[in-house]
Amino acid sequence: MGEFDFTVWGPSLPFIRDGLLFTLRLTLIAMSGGIFFGTLLALARLSPFKPLSLAAGAYVDTMRSIPLVLVILWFFLVIPFITGTPVGAETSAIITFTAFEAAFYCEIMRSGIQSVPRGQVWAAQALGLTQAQTMIHVVLPQALRNMLPVLLTQTIVLFQDTSLVYAIGAKDMLKAADVVGKNYNRPVEMIVLSALIYFAICFSLSLAVRQLQKRVAIVR
Amino acid sequence: MNYHWNWGVFGEQVKAGEETYLDWLITGLGWTLAVSLAAWLLALLIGIAVGALRTAPSRPIALLGTAWVELFRNIPLLVQMFLWFFVVPEFLPPDWGLWVKQEMPAKEFATAALCLGFFTSARVAEQVRAGIGSLPRGQRDAALALGLTLPQAYRHVILPQALRIVIPPLTSEFMNVFKNSSIAFAIGVMELTFQARQMQEDSEQGIETYLAVTLLYFICAFTANRGMAWIEARTRVPGLIARTS
Repeated sequence: MGEFDFTVWGPSLPFIRDGLLFTLRLTLIAMSGGIFFGTLLALARLSPFKPLSLAAGAYVDTMRSIPLVLVILWFFLVIPFITGTPVGAETSAIITFTAFEAAFYCEIMRSGIQSVPRGQVWAAQALGLTQAQTMIHVVLPQALRNMLPVLLTQTIVLFQDTSLVYAIGAKDMLKAADVVGKNYNRPVEMIVLSALIYFAICFSLSLAVRQLQKRVAIVR
Repeated sequence: MNYHWNWGVFGEQVKAGEETYLDWLITGLGWTLAVSLAAWLLALLIGIAVGALRTAPSRPIALLGTAWVELFRNIPLLVQMFLWFFVVPEFLPPDWGLWVKQEMPAKEFATAALCLGFFTSARVAEQVRAGIGSLPRGQRDAALALGLTLPQAYRHVILPQALRIVIPPLTSEFMNVFKNSSIAFAIGVMELTFQARQMQEDSEQGIETYLAVTLLYFICAFTANRGMAWIEARTRVPGLIARTS
């Protein structure tokens, strides 16, 4: 058994906090952007206009069958060609995760929209709402509510996946732990610390989602 | 920015060596397949066992199964890779740890396969548990009433049915294994993503490189999908599961 020195955790905390803030920022932006664009994608996939639904379907299926690390590398490579200037790893990560997660949130929103009974749509139309009004005021709120636990579970997965920005060197929590570990020559202790932090956050979030699931189920 | 296309790059020699870039990609594909298949085998063995344990009538055993699943599900796979690679050897007895660190053959491969296998086992266990849960209670009761012991009931009655039910979700898990194997690049396994990064830096033909690697991942996932569909068709018991399609 090796010699451990966990006192390194103390001086590492400011760095871990900064890294964690980026991880959280990335998660929140990718979640809100992902749900927004994912909903648009879901509407496109359900559209009766064939070219639109096919294009949305192709985008979602492509994203879902490529490893996330490769998607991160792809965007990091391609974004500068589109914008014309090099972008930092952090900006690249935010764009990548929003685009990638949109595909996953799309599938969730699609089944959410399909879970709303047809009668709701008919009733809205009978009341004289336009198609857009029906979507915004009747279907989407119910879809969002039905799918809330699944959306949050996906967000926990997203939170864990943000650690993969390691591939392009963005400064997230894991990277902060990595740097401190190298500087103090205590890599093992720092890996353990980051594992503990990830576990504590994800485990408590998943317990909270389970509680929420029960509440949503009863109210419905 | 202008991009200089060069589709002939795959036949060119790498900067420091005799091989071509194509050789790098083939090596990468080999390691991706090796890690994924080894991990999948491990995941099936452990996952089925843990999934069955979680439905066991004994509370402590079921709790142990739950703890297993929660542990692997709530830590990012990349961090788990680092844990197995850097941390676990420190907790082994000194001579073992030293052997692992210095002499163990194909250390990166073994670590990655073990890590991905355990990670996937937690997900397989969830599916197996759901499959067992979807069986009518009467199946277990009838098996016990016939005089089978509980392990026998699992072996001959419950698992054969439950496993057939969970083949579709296991198919997507199998495809996930190939995708997740890409994370093994971080501990130095020379699989496809590792080769993609290396070739992109060496040749500066990033787009061609990533296109080729993306295509190879597609082929892996597609083959995995067809393979599982074949198993599903081969193991189907007529009339057992109502086909929805």
